[in-house]
Amino acid sequence: MIKLDPDLCKGCQICTEFCPNQVYEQSKTLDKKGVHIPIPKNEDECSKCNLCTLMCPDQAIKVIDDD
Amino acid sequence: MEDVNESPFIKYLRKDRLPHIYCAGCGNGTVLNTFFKGMEMAEKDLNNINMISGIGCSSRIPGYVKCDSLHTTHGRPIAFALGLKIGNPDKDIVVFTGDGDAAAIGGNHLIHAARRNIDLTVICINNSIYGMTGGQISPTSPLGSFGSTAPYGALEKPFDLVDLVSAAGATYVARWTTIHPLQLSNAIKKALKNKGFSFIEAVSQCHTYYGRRNRMKSPLEMLRWMKENTINKTKADKMEPEEINGKLIVGEFVNKIQEEFSETLYNLIEEKSGNRKKAIKSAYQGE
Ligand code: SF4
Ligand code: SF4
Repeated sequence: MIKLDPDLCKGCQICTEFCPNQVYEQSKTLDKKGVHIPIPKNEDECSKCNLCTLMCPDQAIKVIDDD
Repeated sequence: MEDVNESPFIKYLRKDRLPHIYCAGCGNGTVLNTFFKGMEMAEKDLNNINMISGIGCSSRIPGYVKCDSLHTTHGRPIAFALGLKIGNPDKDIVVFTGDGDAAAIGGNHLIHAARRNIDLTVICINNSIYGMTGGQISPTSPLGSFGSTAPYGALEKPFDLVDLVSAAGATYVARWTTIHPLQLSNAIKKALKNKGFSFIEAVSQCHTYYGRRNRMKSPLEMLRWMKENTINKTKADKMEPEEINGKLIVGEFVNKIQEEFSETLYNLIEEKSGNRKKAIKSAYQGE
């Protein structure tokens, strides 16, 4: 399961662009801060590599290994 | 305590101060993550780490970390770190600095600390610009790049920081970028373990001040540039100079064992006075 903290995310889209399995998708709507928070739409594709966690400059991502 | 729902790096941070001040997509936050990852890999305890920084965006990092830190004057973090290490040889001292702080204002401290091979880990986040003060050209801005002080492109040849500190005598030297977070973490691990002067150049994106003026408006464009224009050292060593022209060479450049300064100094104290402990007047011991 992927948890994304909307209070920390600044919408840079680094996770959306660099996840090797295209798990994230940019939201169409803006949140109250005026930011497009990514949506982990294809969670089933996630390999739990944690690249997104390591790259996210705002420490907003937690990938929970629930297998 | 780690909250299972939050990033594994939050437990090392002063949560009440987040989100940090960095622009959306700034590489400073990524380098910070790689530091924690490298620290875990090196099995170092954050309680034994002291972070020192100078002035600049990257120098604000220690303020967010749950450890003792010093935010010092511009260009001087290595000078402070050196004193701290000599007074407290058992501490792991980490310097967070930027290209302006380390190579311009503090260039002298950088080369002399490398020459002494004192046990410090210096992480220089190189974004090729003075970000905090509005995009002035720094000593690592590429020739011809644009900045607020170079409307016609930079006229000066930049420093190659890896060459500079290697020549000065550093015993661990590596360069990676924010598009190589795993390699960067691994290099930080080795730097923390090296008993001597370790220098990590973390090439990072400042799209706000560097990218915007250099046809890369977003952090994604800058990261794509890094992905396409970096060559691993092992590969670059076999290539012709014209093939690597304009490319960024990444990898490990120096990894050697040599006598370390604080160790040598304490050995001398012991030899002359017979009491090693007496020389350590640590702030932590209260005297
Ligand atoms: S853990 Fe890896 S695969 Fe899963 S979302 Fe993050 S980057 Fe993508
Ligand atoms: S990398 Fe982090 S800050 Fe950037 S969009 Fe993804 S979750 Fe948000």
